[in-house]
Amino acid sequence: MLITCPYCGPRDVIEFTYQGDGNRERPQPASQNLDAWNAYVYDRLNPAGDHNEIWQHSGGCRAHLKVVRNTLTHDISSVAFARGDHKAAARHKAEGKA
Amino acid sequence: MVERQSPLELAPLEPELRTGSHGDFEHGIDVILSETRPGSILQLAAWPGQEKKLISGIRTVTGLALPDGAGAGSTDGVRSVFGFAPGKFTVVDGAEGLASAFANVVTPAIGTVTDLSHGRTAIRIAGPKAEWVLAKLFAIDFALPAFPVGAGRSTMHHDVFAQIQRTGADQFDIYVFRSFARSFWKALCHASEEVGYEVQ
Repeated sequence: MLITCPYCGPRDVIEFTYQGDGNRERPQPASQNLDAWNAYVYDRLNPAGDHNEIWQHSGGCRAHLKVVRNTLTHDISSVAFARGDHKAAARHKAEGKA
Repeated sequence: MVERQSPLELAPLEPELRTGSHGDFEHGIDVILSETRPGSILQLAAWPGQEKKLISGIRTVTGLALPDGAGAGSTDGVRSVFGFAPGKFTVVDGAEGLASAFANVVTPAIGTVTDLSHGRTAIRIAGPKAEWVLAKLFAIDFALPAFPVGAGRSTMHHDVFAQIQRTGADQFDIYVFRSFARSFWKALCHASEEVGYEVQ
């Protein structure tokens, strides 16, 4: 499986670290809403298809990435910097095939 | 600065850096391995939005103009610079004291300067088979159109993080963690055996 890092270009998945589900929304640290914390920690969509994920290119530029991966085919349909202000540094566009 | 000792020559009885010809050199020496021992290895990072100021600061201090683009860089043989991550750059100088030269240029409002001179070992591989040997270790494209002269890449070999800069058409400088330098050097020597290599 290849992930096309917006900075480094296509790299083997071994250079990347999975940082979890990209759909979670972390409650404010002071929040005492237990339902919101429970949902953040435990609730997952578990889709059979496209899934929003956070990956880190830990063996390369170390940037955190928003990745859309198909859980059935491992196709990577989109890769972008998790930090929007890194957009200017992007050189490589995500390729359809992974 | 404290006098530095190469990690490749730490053990006097079994030095890893053995100068001379090795491997299949009878059929020609196709790569030359050496340790470049630069005096200064710095990591510069810009705060978001301050990248252009940092790049112009690098130009002021080193005289090197950074081409636009991810992983772009340049070298004049003594000083080298390349981008290795968004807003982050490695700057190398043959002489010591580069960090203090940046102290007044890269202000706290622009970004940070981290002196890695003691933390990295710089290894150079040069010769007609340099691309071939490196392609056995790293899963990136070393062809000249994909990896132009001056450009840098961040990648790893067996979890040993490496920054690679192409400093010539058939020459690459590899920066690895000092603590992994001997292990990486041995791997590089083994990979070079089949083409014949000389250690300088």
